[in-house]
Amino acid sequence: MSFLTLQGVGKTYPDGTKAVKGVDLTVERGEFIVLLGPSGCGKTTTLRMVAGLELATAGRICLDGSNVTGLRPSQRDVGFVFQFYALYPHLTVAQNLAFPLEAVGMPAVERQRRVAGVVDRLGLRGLLNRYPRQLSGGDQQRVSLGRALVRTPAIWLMDEPLGTLDADQRLALRDFIREQQQELKVTTMYVTHDQEEAMALADRVVVMEDGLIRQVAPPGEIYARPASLFVATFVGSPGMNLLPGLLSPDGFRPDGVDVFLPAPPAVEQPVRFGIRSEHMTLDGPLPGTVLLDEYLGAWRNLHVQTPCGRMVVRAPADRRHKPGDAVRLGVDASQASLFGADGRRL
Amino acid sequence: MTAFLELSGLTRRFGAVEALAGVDLQVGADELLVVLGPTGAGKTTLLRTIAGLETPEAGTVRMAGADVTTASPADRDVALVFQNFSLYPDWSVRRNLAFPLRAPGRNLSEEEISRRIDWAAGMLRIGELLDRSASRLSGGQMQRVAIGRAIVRRPRLFLMDEPLTNLDAKLRESLRVELAVLRRELKTPMVYVTHDQAEALSMGDRIAVLDRGRILQTGTAEEIYRQPADPVVACQLGQPRINLCPVQRIEGWWTATDGTRLLAAEGESDGGTLGVRPEDLHLGDGPITGSIRVVEDLGPHQVVVVHAAGQVWHAVAGRGRFQAGMSVGMEIARGKVW
Repeated sequence: MSFLTLQGVGKTYPDGTKAVKGVDLTVERGEFIVLLGPSGCGKTTTLRMVAGLELATAGRICLDGSNVTGLRPSQRDVGFVFQFYALYPHLTVAQNLAFPLEAVGMPAVERQRRVAGVVDRLGLRGLLNRYPRQLSGGDQQRVSLGRALVRTPAIWLMDEPLGTLDADQRLALRDFIREQQQELKVTTMYVTHDQEEAMALADRVVVMEDGLIRQVAPPGEIYARPASLFVATFVGSPGMNLLPGLLSPDGFRPDGVDVFLPAPPAVEQPVRFGIRSEHMTLDGPLPGTVLLDEYLGAWRNLHVQTPCGRMVVRAPADRRHKPGDAVRLGVDASQASLFGADGRRL
Repeated sequence: MTAFLELSGLTRRFGAVEALAGVDLQVGADELLVVLGPTGAGKTTLLRTIAGLETPEAGTVRMAGADVTTASPADRDVALVFQNFSLYPDWSVRRNLAFPLRAPGRNLSEEEISRRIDWAAGMLRIGELLDRSASRLSGGQMQRVAIGRAIVRRPRLFLMDEPLTNLDAKLRESLRVELAVLRRELKTPMVYVTHDQAEALSMGDRIAVLDRGRILQTGTAEEIYRQPADPVVACQLGQPRINLCPVQRIEGWWTATDGTRLLAAEGESDGGTLGVRPEDLHLGDGPITGSIRVVEDLGPHQVVVVHAAGQVWHAVAGRGRFQAGMSVGMEIARGKVW
């Protein structure tokens, strides 16, 4: 049986607002699940219902074999990790880190081993005897995250814990969370609107929109085989290029231009032809004009206006273009995604 | 380059803190200059000084050749857009956009005001929002309107103070492109302040790296990314961050402190800090042995965290080849020693 099960879980507020509209999800023991979606999609409400901070108005939540749907947070063995976590001002960094373990009566030897692991991963060795007021804001945040992740409850629930940090720190703490989770194997549910963070952390990503789950799959699959137009555009930086047009036995003909792109043979039907920027080439049949050449260090994103819409093409870092340059785009058709009129993957 | 804005020797202290420590900077007449720096670098003070909201203790601000160091904000004719969407919540979008045009002394006809609003709304694709109350807009819509309120005035210079910071990642990514394209169409110079390296790389015709009130380096994104003046600048651009490793020259090799040979040594120095961009760290069967700690599958590529030569390295690799726990051979394709 799965470790965490959500069956038809919904949340309707007294004013009639439906934040979550019936969610089914199973999470295996030790799995790292990320709920991803734009603001208002219901991801945080879902997490809070698993924590018990909100009560579901429909459906059932089972954690580690017991039905917890109506239980209070303290009756569920969950560790909730917030964006800001207050440290005890009268305790040193070392004491702050050990406190949650002392509180559950962990033997001193194991406690020290656990704290030492966190200290090394977070680079806190030089700060162990300092008090919180002697730390910078960023260091305080590192300690507070370390303290939250030193304990091993049945499940860690994290609500955008890296939200307000600088990019650099966010990246370092992201590595920390992943390493700590892989070592301690605590089942984790993590909420973010940042698709890159989701891809980096998750064993499986749950993409949510409008109170519903749109796709559940490992990051690579979500990226390469999105289930719908929404997932295709929300996941990936940039989102997938989507060309409206007609699929025919001769290939795909984009609207507004008389060229054919290679496509799997099919009966004639209107589709959206989806292709990632790195699967486009600069030696094809589709004419376009460069709008913007975004240099991004390791590569470039070329933004191109074509007769069938704006597209982004990934180009080598040493291949410069100017706005106004004429280019001809091609596609690696084996990597294309096709979507029908209802927005679903064909 | 014809400079529109010229800053020389700008200095500003707040108590013991030197927010600006002699800043020299030029912005071309049709240029987007990004000022990149961490929190506390002095970015906002710099913008406020250009806008005339702060007076420098020393140095001059010149616009179009004229000294405006002591001129009032209104006389400088610049538009400032902030991180927090500063709209009148109870007003319609149209009234918010009209507000700067009805300022005393502007004397624009109602016809002209409405023409400019339609033009700005078209540029920013907010035409269908004009009659909506500002309080009913999403964050992205609000920031579009705030930018609209800056462009309707047709100022001589745009000043942007992290305008996209409070938006969702996805929205930020699309608005940064829109804003850069829009600026080019308007042909108005812009100073854009941010701590986001992707925004800086993507948007800037040139980037100035600011740290503790000093400009550390100025150049195109490519110049700064490939030829950073020092490790502090190198760390400002690129994600994941550049790998840094202390090295010594031993028998013609840049060698790590644990004795690992990293890269054939060039130049004259005996050692220093080796910087290697993650995409220049090739994983496979190279001579440097390491163990993989974390693999992040980001879609088009993987970010692989490797422990080797006594420290942690970040590498960017093709998809699907590596897993946590594996041993791996590393090769450094190119690097720079300071």
